[in-house]
Amino acid sequence: MNMAANNGNARELVEELLAAYVSAIDDGDLERWPEFFTEDCVYRILPRENDSLNLPLAVMSCNSRAALADRIAAYRKANLFAPHAYRHLLGPVRIRDEGRHEVAARTNYAVFRTALDPIDYGTSEVFSVGEYRDRVVVVDGLARFREKSVVVDTCKIHTLLATPL
Amino acid sequence: MNTRQNGQSTETTSPAELAWDSPGVASVPYKFFFDQEIYELEQRRVFRGPVWNYVAIESEIPNPGDFKANFVGDTPIVVARGREGAIHTFVNRCAHRGALVCREIRGNSMTHVCIYHQWSYDLEGNLIGVPFRHGLEGKGGYSSDFTTAGHGLQKLRTASYAGLVFASFSAEAPVLEDYLGDVARKWIDRTLNRPIRALGYSRQLIDANWKLYAENVRDPYHGSLLHLFNATFGIARVSQEGAVTMDPSGGHNVIHARKRTQEQETRAYSQEKIRSYQKSFALADPSLLQGEPDPLIDTTTTIQTIFPVLVIQQIANSLATRQIIPKGPSRMELVSTFFTYVDDDEQTVSTRLKQANLAGPAGYISMEDGYAIELVQQSIVHGGDYASFVELGGTGRKLEDDLVTESPIRGFWHCYRELMTRAL
Repeated sequence: MNMAANNGNARELVEELLAAYVSAIDDGDLERWPEFFTEDCVYRILPRENDSLNLPLAVMSCNSRAALADRIAAYRKANLFAPHAYRHLLGPVRIRDEGRHEVAARTNYAVFRTALDPIDYGTSEVFSVGEYRDRVVVVDGLARFREKSVVVDTCKIHTLLATPL
Repeated sequence: MNTRQNGQSTETTSPAELAWDSPGVASVPYKFFFDQEIYELEQRRVFRGPVWNYVAIESEIPNPGDFKANFVGDTPIVVARGREGAIHTFVNRCAHRGALVCREIRGNSMTHVCIYHQWSYDLEGNLIGVPFRHGLEGKGGYSSDFTTAGHGLQKLRTASYAGLVFASFSAEAPVLEDYLGDVARKWIDRTLNRPIRALGYSRQLIDANWKLYAENVRDPYHGSLLHLFNATFGIARVSQEGAVTMDPSGGHNVIHARKRTQEQETRAYSQEKIRSYQKSFALADPSLLQGEPDPLIDTTTTIQTIFPVLVIQQIANSLATRQIIPKGPSRMELVSTFFTYVDDDEQTVSTRLKQANLAGPAGYISMEDGYAIELVQQSIVHGGDYASFVELGGTGRKLEDDLVTESPIRGFWHCYRELMTRAL
């Protein structure tokens, strides 16, 4: 699909993609997580500290949809972490650049993490706040992230980060 | 224990308790992990005692005036590059009325000025300016015997080895090279074999006592049992062909491993019937683990610890220092500085960045560590009369051992107990 034909709808397109994306994570439907990306995507969780110093280190990075699938396979079968749930809240989408084939957008996010372990069961905390820096394309009529950089203000991560943001 | 009234701490821990009765230190009373008084004692006796605390990588502060705010134990300090290029460390507490002087985590400034009354200090921590020192229009001011020399910031000894900067509060600490000793220096020389630069930082806040993490990084037993990633994806070694090495103090340890064959792996796992062996999975994107090993590094994994707070990590091509910062008896921060060699090409840097997925707060083979030690902390706070059992491989401290041992943990506790009980 030609992005230009969607000019007026760019915001709506990104908003809908983001809404579906965060619901999949918050609902625990992580097997769907890779579906929101293109095959050759870039996903990374970048501490704002590193971003501000022009340092490239991400605490999580995937350079393909296959690598995203590996993250979820490891999450389900290998990695161990306290049971928890996420709830994302998103701010307004700011369209930064609307090219012929791609939309660049930035969106503030907050993720609350609620503990589901026997000690802290039901306790919510502000787990992560920051900004999504997204590049969105339309593939086969569906909006997808070609690139998603999660720039994390909360660079001091409470214990660990298993579930993607 | 833990008697605190009106902000005053009364020491009630007896010397006998501090020297707990476990000859090989193969058992540690759980109260050492949550007691406020022990925490305060170890700030003085361990972190401000005759040790060297890792505080920076030299290349983080390359230019005169560059500084980095950090901690020694839980004391805020500043590491600064002086006008002549030497590195200095001082306590970040104004000599006047105690305010934090340096208010940024890093930056460049040729002086450090306390905002409260504008006492100003040079890059070595010397007091260089005091407003109204001689009063105003003949009134007030300090007495004529006031000297700036007597009111500088508290200075720490500062020394570097292989690009790593260490600081010590103690005049009794041996020179850094001797403190590290032959064993630790050999491994540092291996991993930090040429100049390095930081690729970025990751930080974790973990609700556990700092010594639980110090144990974790000296524990070769847990690797293949807690971290299931390698085994699940058929990458791994149930008990990698590796070894542990420690220096005579016990405090500095190295756990290192090399590859075994797949056949050895399968046999080892099926013999032990360990839950982590699953044959059917493979990475959909195997590029995570591709990348040539560095010609000077022949291990798949090296976790080197320098007592009390430094860990030097080599996991495949992922290199990092980790600093443990205690934040009260039941909380710690872990700051990892991932680095690369200055002469690495773009492809190598890219491999290191990709393999950073293996370590840190979201690390495929490290995220469980913070979780595991929190599980310990959550449980032992209700078990102050009990103690841990650290007898894998006996109760001794072999300087060289295989991986099925807790010998390095006993080494850590030996070193710790010596410091906590030594005559002051």
